Amino acid sequence: MALIVVPTAAQAENETIKGTLEKIDGDTREPVAGVTITVELDGDIIGTASSDDSGDWEIPVPGAGTYLVRLEVDTLPDGVALTDPERSELPSVSVRNNQNKTARFNLGPGLESGVGTWTRVSSLFVIGLKFGAIIALSSVGLSLIFGVTGLVNFAHGDLVTLGAVLAFLFNASPIGPGWHVLIAAIPAILLVAAFGGLQEIGMWRPLRRRGTGLVSLIVVSIGLSFVIRYVVLVAFSGLPRPYNDYAIQNDIQLIGITTVPKNLVIIAFTVVVLGLVGLFLIKTKLGTAMRAVADNADLAESSGIDVSRVILVTWIGGAGLAGLGGVMFGISEQVQWDMGAKLLLLIFAAVILGGLGTAFGAMLGGFVVGVAVEMSTLVIPVEFKQAIALGILVVMLLVRPQGLLGSRERIG
Amino acid sequence: MPSDVLSSVPHEPGVAKPDPILVVGEVRRSFGGLRAVDVDHLEIQRGTITSLIGPNGAGKTTLFNLLTGFDRVDEGNWHLDGGALVGIPSFRVARKGVVRTFQLTKSLARLTVLENMMVAAKDQVGESFWGALFGRWRHIEAANEIRAIAALERFGLAHMQDEYAGSLSGGQRKLLEMARALMVDPEVIMLDEPMAGVNPALTQTLLDHISALRDDGKTVVFVEHDMDVVQEISEWVVVMSQGRVIAEGPPASIAQNREVIDAYLGLRHGETA
Amino acid sequence: MDWSKILIDAGRAAIGVPAAAYAISAMGLNLQFGYTGLLNFGHVGSMLVGAYGLAITVDRGGPFWLGIIVGIIFALILGLLLGIPTLRLRADYLAIVTIAAGEILRLTVRSSWAAPVTKGIFGIQRFADDFFDVNPIPAGLYGIGRFRFDERTVWVMLLGWGLVAVISLFMWKLIRSPWGRAIRAIREDEDAALSLGKNVFGYKLQSLMVGGAIGALAGMFLAIDQQNVTPDAYIPLITFYAFTIVILGGPGTLLGPITGSMIFWFLFELLDGVMTTLIVDMELPVLSAFDATDVGPIRFALFGLGLMWLMVFRPQGIFGSREEMLIDAQ
Repeated sequence: MALIVVPTAAQAENETIKGTLEKIDGDTREPVAGVTITVELDGDIIGTASSDDSGDWEIPVPGAGTYLVRLEVDTLPDGVALTDPERSELPSVSVRNNQNKTARFNLGPGLESGVGTWTRVSSLFVIGLKFGAIIALSSVGLSLIFGVTGLVNFAHGDLVTLGAVLAFLFNASPIGPGWHVLIAAIPAILLVAAFGGLQEIGMWRPLRRRGTGLVSLIVVSIGLSFVIRYVVLVAFSGLPRPYNDYAIQNDIQLIGITTVPKNLVIIAFTVVVLGLVGLFLIKTKLGTAMRAVADNADLAESSGIDVSRVILVTWIGGAGLAGLGGVMFGISEQVQWDMGAKLLLLIFAAVILGGLGTAFGAMLGGFVVGVAVEMSTLVIPVEFKQAIALGILVVMLLVRPQGLLGSRERIG
Repeated sequence: MPSDVLSSVPHEPGVAKPDPILVVGEVRRSFGGLRAVDVDHLEIQRGTITSLIGPNGAGKTTLFNLLTGFDRVDEGNWHLDGGALVGIPSFRVARKGVVRTFQLTKSLARLTVLENMMVAAKDQVGESFWGALFGRWRHIEAANEIRAIAALERFGLAHMQDEYAGSLSGGQRKLLEMARALMVDPEVIMLDEPMAGVNPALTQTLLDHISALRDDGKTVVFVEHDMDVVQEISEWVVVMSQGRVIAEGPPASIAQNREVIDAYLGLRHGETA
Repeated sequence: MDWSKILIDAGRAAIGVPAAAYAISAMGLNLQFGYTGLLNFGHVGSMLVGAYGLAITVDRGGPFWLGIIVGIIFALILGLLLGIPTLRLRADYLAIVTIAAGEILRLTVRSSWAAPVTKGIFGIQRFADDFFDVNPIPAGLYGIGRFRFDERTVWVMLLGWGLVAVISLFMWKLIRSPWGRAIRAIREDEDAALSLGKNVFGYKLQSLMVGGAIGALAGMFLAIDQQNVTPDAYIPLITFYAFTIVILGGPGTLLGPITGSMIFWFLFELLDGVMTTLIVDMELPVLSAFDATDVGPIRFALFGLGLMWLMVFRPQGIFGSREEMLIDAQ
């Protein structure tokens, strides 16, 4: 589908090429000043500039065209280097009429000694755990819902988005009460949980009763995901926005690990929540019933378990957890209309890895996927990060489809 | 008469038959520590009707699945007319001449009755991709259609040939499954509980059809629970319990076999009630 | 509301190049999903490899016709690589693995690692000059009143719908043959098909490959029309468009993909026109919360609703028979 935007012709006024130089180190971003950028056209230097204290630079160019933009590597300060040393030059930056074109140079920490590597590895590990925590929270619901109903819910990622967006409504939105994000999270999670319950009662249950096949249900969930996603887009707009709280934090050092406090809080909080979920599943009657239904619905029913009630509770709880995951995700990064959709394939990877249908599998899978994805950047280019999760998913499905903790009979 | 051939065979589990078409040796299958099938030796006499009975969970359907390639053995070997079948995928087993039906009738619902029959026909070049595009398959199709309609008439389904199989009644679907199995022109037909869920009024018809299959020279093996049915048409009975073959013999001898009775009552050999 | 303009634009969309290309794409998916029952959520991947196969070949100096062949071969290889390990998985697992495979393809093609060949994020442009050079239609506008197209578009449309016709004939021959019947049997019940001696795995693989090759042709066609391949044009959304079209027209029917595509694009354009008029031109107070940029997303949300409605109330689509659906014991 063509998404080509035809530029409107206007009188040529100010065309410039600009950019911001930041050193990106894991989760932290630091502006880099005093670096020289040069712009050339057909071999002739058109202009140069030096990045200011905010890392910004801008060079006017004589009109629309294709230019060469070069970062003068010897002007980089100590400890800062291009993440890809081959790309100190961008040979074809095209500028349209009246455009202030942005050119990016990715900078990161320079060559490190052994200590620096540990910092990087440990920092990435923590980020991985945090990301894994978010994935784990979002995955438990999907796994359990599959377990008790057999449905692979393609709209689950959008429940994550809903959690984040609703919390935004109560937190940073101009039309909301402006509560602290941790307070705002409460109505957000409750609303998403209620939405999950509503879906089950209003749609999934009647469809199951009708005998609608699983394939059809999957397609219905895809349609639903589009509805949720694009309604959110209309309501929230495409711009990513942060919460009022915890948006930017400074590094702290804890036992030799450099990270931001919210990462540690997210990890700790998630572990507690998942621990409670685990206890619920093992120790309470309802939780045990859930596991029984997920394992074998017919058997569970004949032992007197009210399967419908269990399914409803699973939907409410699963949705609520996804909503919580969304709030955590929003705190960790920003709130965006498609944040959950982007997470969906990672959630699938986590659930497949751990075992579709088991909650503990989803938790384990979530953390493993998170750590694997983040730490993979040590050895492979950042642009392939997501591909790692997808690779895990594919390999697991081929080698051991029931996942690490699932039982063989499920996949037949 | 086939029953005469077997009259001299001793009534022991795993006994050899005078002219076996299927010879099963040492077939084992476990599920998570549970021995589902644990057969030492079993032979099926050519051209007879053999029924396979036993309490629930005895391993009868599992044995069916293993012999026809629908499940993988842990260890074992078996031969059809001397040719080894172990490790052969299910569709090839069917092509070699062993066709099985299923407990829950599997009619191809959105195909017509006639299409159900036609898809079963063997050796139709049009079924390969290139054959479909460039091969001359129409005359084979015409010949198959004649055979198919004849078979449908025999089973009393010819008037339904253009109906969707999914719109047939349960009993009609059983008949269709049997007719369809015939189209594959098999040597051995293995019926998994052919009477299950069938209206008692239809039972005799089905029994007559099964006998007719034997009269055509086919070897029939079927799993059954109803002892009256077993008594009526079986020439030989094989009893399984807990994965093992515990008894063999003509129907009359089986009914009085102590071990068989115990097995059905859930007692193990040696225990007393 | 200028209904004549809205309807004419919608009409143009119904017979335009995207409609033809998506009809082709849907025909490929229809073979896999409609006739064989394979839940291939990575269909966009075959469109991607087809388009890139063509673009890369021409970009490296090869002739256009060779590019077409390369694109098709890529799709066949993709079908093989994808199918061999995954076709034994059941439907929902197959859905997940195919969507993952499609995304892996997109991320790979997009990467700087592959950029020497695929030009990464920027993609490849202007590889279809040969195609347009042989356009015999003299320059000018063709059509009636506002319902007209220029000679370039007419050329692409003619070839596009011509290709639709050729592929339809091909599908007709296939489906009516014993091969087609075996495929449908597999869709109904794999175990039954196995017990009748059909090589289910082999058939599924063939279906995946042939359907993929058809999808590749669709991808190539879209790319030719825009003289552009970029990785981010091949996202899962495209697969879901194709699914909607297949289901709308009627899965497992010959005309379904074609009518589905025409109706789909007609509605898409219609909605666009109506909503733009309502929201932007008429400035109704009740709709004041929305603006022009919301038209697209609202359209997508309605598309999602439409898909849900279809699956629940009319899964057999327009051309499918209700009886068949009632019988579907899935």
